[in-house]
Amino acid sequence: MRPTLSHFAVAGSPVMLESIVFSVLNGLLYGMLLFMLASGLTLIFGMMGVLNFAHASFYMLGAYCAYTISSYTNFWVALILAPLFVGFLGALTERFGLRNVHKHGHVAELLLTFGLVYVIDELVVLIWGQIPVNYAIPPSLDFTLFTLFGTSFPAYRAFILFVAIAMFGAIYLLLVRTRVGMIIRAALSHPEMVGALGHDVPRIFTLVFAFGTGLAGLAGVMAGNYYITEPGMAFSMGPIVFVVVVFGGLGSLGGALAASLIIGLVTTFAVSLNYSIADLLAAVGLGLDGANIAGGLAHIDLSRIGQMLPYLMMVLILIFRPRGLMGARES
Amino acid sequence: MSANMLEVKDLHAYYGKSHVLQGVDFKVGRGEIVSLLGRNGVGRSTTCKAIMGLVAPHGTIEFDGESVAGLKSHQVARRGIGYVPEDRLIFSGLTTRENLEMGAKKVGAKTGWSLQDAYELFPRLSERADVKADLLSGGEQQMLTMCRTLMGDPKLIMIDEPTEGLAPQIVSQVGDFLLAIADKGISVLLVEQRLSIAMRVSHRVYVMGHGRIVFEGTPADLEADDSVRREWLEV
Repeated sequence: MRPTLSHFAVAGSPVMLESIVFSVLNGLLYGMLLFMLASGLTLIFGMMGVLNFAHASFYMLGAYCAYTISSYTNFWVALILAPLFVGFLGALTERFGLRNVHKHGHVAELLLTFGLVYVIDELVVLIWGQIPVNYAIPPSLDFTLFTLFGTSFPAYRAFILFVAIAMFGAIYLLLVRTRVGMIIRAALSHPEMVGALGHDVPRIFTLVFAFGTGLAGLAGVMAGNYYITEPGMAFSMGPIVFVVVVFGGLGSLGGALAASLIIGLVTTFAVSLNYSIADLLAAVGLGLDGANIAGGLAHIDLSRIGQMLPYLMMVLILIFRPRGLMGARES
Repeated sequence: MSANMLEVKDLHAYYGKSHVLQGVDFKVGRGEIVSLLGRNGVGRSTTCKAIMGLVAPHGTIEFDGESVAGLKSHQVARRGIGYVPEDRLIFSGLTTRENLEMGAKKVGAKTGWSLQDAYELFPRLSERADVKADLLSGGEQQMLTMCRTLMGDPKLIMIDEPTEGLAPQIVSQVGDFLLAIADKGISVLLVEQRLSIAMRVSHRVYVMGHGRIVFEGTPADLEADDSVRREWLEV
């Protein structure tokens, strides 16, 4: 639906309100999904100094594992087992991959995770094939939760929100209230000192890597049936998660949460607010001729640059605030 | 039971191609306070890091009669060597109390040091227990980092430049602290540039120059040896 001048005149009407309410809900939903991925990625980076390129690949594995497990059992079993299995794969990756190349520096570690992206990608195609698999929303959650202004809100979206918020609460309590969490927080600032106090830092690294990839797996379980489970899903999610982590500040969990929600809301609003600069100008009585370049640019809808906005935001924050929203270090 | 707590023989260490430690030899006895003196860059801090496994050591490091050379730093710490680094490495996101709890190797383990002991020794730490540690003053951070390491119940503690940048009154507190822990039977390896505190608390002193030990003796010996002081210590 292309908005006309009259839409500006009826701002505040149910149509506008509906658009805002659903954009907020969907933006939060997308943001929390991003956070499920970004939290693990930023924890791993903050502690080990390694940007795990393969993080979104573990997300994809979560979705595919959930598909296979739920085809033998049901969704609820998959919801528990798939993240555990993905976390276990993450632990193996850290223990037998990253730990061995660690002494050769961060570039070697980075390249290892980079290679892993393609290995996992090919494995997924070999095992599950090129075409999307039929990983569906479980019937018990496949209903309309509520209808507002004629638009329905599916229960599964609410479930994703619920799981994401529960996960955030669990991470928070784990980090702030437990001794393991305290050691992890300490290792975020000075891992070598944590070791010098007698704590087995390599084991903590394995634990955090497993935990982070397990969270990515959980995000895959939740998102695989909400979107589509197909071999391209890692590539479509990977870059945006990096943007979130950089924008929020590498290593900062609070920053990752803020950035996830901001980027989730910005992209969702950009898509739903179908206006262009030309519409705005028209609204104030200035017509623009679409034939010249300025006119052409002005006629591009906000929704069409919505996909670009997060990357633009990352570029801008790197220029004006290199450590991100809440990051501790510049890198 | 070996007579020495720590015995280092022919210790070498490298940063890339630069040969930082070129055969360091020294000993620390049980309950003894030993100072490692010398100008900046002669390898005193590297000696601590090599013992701690933070820099790869080449040579012999015997602790309590057993070799610890080549162990990972957490293993060295668990053998009973405590390390207080020069840059303090306070965990900035943690409170004072949490920093102290980080020092304990296990929760609830019976150790010679508890939170209460730390608070009694330095009441300021108790007052600021729930404050984020990066908000503490330099002196408070130094006390915190020393107590944090003590929480791990070390048999020997290596303290690197504890008085750097501190006011004279606090320096004297640090000196009292070192004497107090040595009284409890903990050996101390003190790395210092400030001669006065080293002379006051040490049983023996070593002077380092160019990655080697160039002098060994009592504080009185060093006091008497003008040429060593002039050549290796005075700036």
